[in-house]
Amino acid sequence: MKRAGRPPIYGILAEFEDRERLLEAAQTASGAGYRALDAYTPLPVEGLSDAIGFHHTRLPWVVFTGAALGALGGFGMQLYASAVHYPLNIGGRPLNSWPAFIPITFELTVLGASLFAVFGLLALNGLPTPYHPLFNVDRFEFASREALFLCIKSKDPKFDRAATRRFLEGLRPHEVSEVEW
Amino acid sequence: MSDVPERTASLSGGPVLEPGHTYRSVTEKISSIALARKTPKEWWIGFGVSFLLLMMLLYATGYLFIKGVGIWGINMPVAWGFAIVNFVWWVGIGHAGTLISAILLLLRQEWRTSINRFAEAMTLFAVACAGLFPLLHLGRPWVFYWLFPYPDTMRLWPQFRSPLVWDVFAVSTYATVSLLFWFVGLLPDLATLRDRARRRPAKIIYGILAMGWRGSATHWHRYETAYLLLAGLATPLVVSVHTVVSFDFAAGIIPGWHTTIFPPYFVAGAIYSGFAMVLTLSIPLRAFYGLEDFITMRHLENMAKVLIATGLIVAYGYAAELFMSWYSANAAEQFLAKNRAFGPYWPAYWALILCNVLTVQLLWFRRIRTRPWFLWVIAIVINVGMWLERYVIVVVSLTRDFLPSIWRSYHGTVWDWATFLGSMGLFLSLLFLFIRFLPVISIAEMRSLVDETEGRE
Repeated sequence: MKRAGRPPIYGILAEFEDRERLLEAAQTASGAGYRALDAYTPLPVEGLSDAIGFHHTRLPWVVFTGAALGALGGFGMQLYASAVHYPLNIGGRPLNSWPAFIPITFELTVLGASLFAVFGLLALNGLPTPYHPLFNVDRFEFASREALFLCIKSKDPKFDRAATRRFLEGLRPHEVSEVEW
Repeated sequence: MSDVPERTASLSGGPVLEPGHTYRSVTEKISSIALARKTPKEWWIGFGVSFLLLMMLLYATGYLFIKGVGIWGINMPVAWGFAIVNFVWWVGIGHAGTLISAILLLLRQEWRTSINRFAEAMTLFAVACAGLFPLLHLGRPWVFYWLFPYPDTMRLWPQFRSPLVWDVFAVSTYATVSLLFWFVGLLPDLATLRDRARRRPAKIIYGILAMGWRGSATHWHRYETAYLLLAGLATPLVVSVHTVVSFDFAAGIIPGWHTTIFPPYFVAGAIYSGFAMVLTLSIPLRAFYGLEDFITMRHLENMAKVLIATGLIVAYGYAAELFMSWYSANAAEQFLAKNRAFGPYWPAYWALILCNVLTVQLLWFRRIRTRPWFLWVIAIVINVGMWLERYVIVVVSLTRDFLPSIWRSYHGTVWDWATFLGSMGLFLSLLFLFIRFLPVISIAEMRSLVDETEGRE
């Protein structure tokens, strides 16, 4: 089976009628030892990412990093401007008048966190993806409307074009199709 | 109503989505507004009128650039006139959008789902209009970037201790975060439009915007995390923005401005005017596009209740201002309170009390709350009232401050009005384009409501 280049197809895609059956199929597939799984649905389905073996996302840490950078950068900028680079002594008031720096520090914290949240989301999800093999499957356009899919990718060590197809057909799907590159 | 599930019906009777819908019917109904082959005639009329107003804005600002701010009614001591009134009014209108999408999401209020998308769009366009006014008011608008900390050859920094600079940071952060939040919410729906579009240009444009979204389970997992985090970030942001706007006034020592009630009172006023604007827009929209199934009576009633609550807070703000001017025993403050009610600008003050405090009390009656067109008129009255409130705060305080020798009256000129009405043209033009090209209701979120309405039949 192992060849030098990439496997002949991207994976095998099965379409399911409803969410219970999709969840069941995902659990059966990961129970059977498949690891390179993904499911495609028009709305978030509770428990589905667990079923395909994806438990945690690093996104909260990415957002925290953005918030910390925003906060330190914002406060640091104001402190540097008012106390180091361009100090103005007005009536003997302190140069580091930190309460006055809080609003901008807060705004930049939120800004940093939000930018990291959105760009982190896109980066972790690998978006933008102008071309993806899944779009070669005709039925896949319904994934953004009403259809539910489970895909076993060919990079899975257990993947075998014929056996995996038979396995997916055994899960009572609506339809099974191969995903061309 | 027996087939309506308990959870969706628990709060105030009606459902958040009329029963009988499926993923397919929801998707088709909402996306067909954006994908329609023929643009309705009424849309062209609405857009045409808005576009004419937008042209008036361009004309007024063009003339302003040539002549300077002298064409406006501002003078000394009333250096801020319509510009700050309009700025505060527009920023306030934006707040309901973020409130609906962020705070109500965190509070798991399902009724927000049908209205959050266009309320967020409304926020973006309102903030765009708001941002325009301080820039135009600068006198030399082409050097607006001096407000930002950037490496300049003059080695100058903005004054970070000034509320006006806080405003720059608050409003630009608010605009950016609202845009990001809106876009993240749109992402799955853009994929739906990409897959449903039949014409090639539409497919390509929606395809580029959807960035290859495929609804993968791992993607959804991160998406939900990101959306909740953004909601959590936007929630304190909303409160901070109008608080900072109120600091513009409260940090000044002018009578009528230097008040500690301002931050909460401004935030409540912002939500008040924002919800009034959501009603002003959603009632015609739902009637025209037949969206009564999605924007149900329950939504309208809930928004009416939010109006009563925030209206009462605003009324409390007025009372607190009067009480404090009396209790402070400060002659200038006491004079100001009298001058507002009985001075040269008394019609504006009493009109604002009529619009903001008295009219809203009609909403206590269920029969009025459940009549959309009645609600619509009340919402517009509140919008006018909130504009008058800012007018009274800005103008009456500035025309009569501590020193009678510099007292001078103020009235907006034709250019003030042209710029103000023109900014409505900008707002409405953007809104009409949004309604035409993007889904006005979040399709992906409506699908989850479908599960709840059909699951228990």
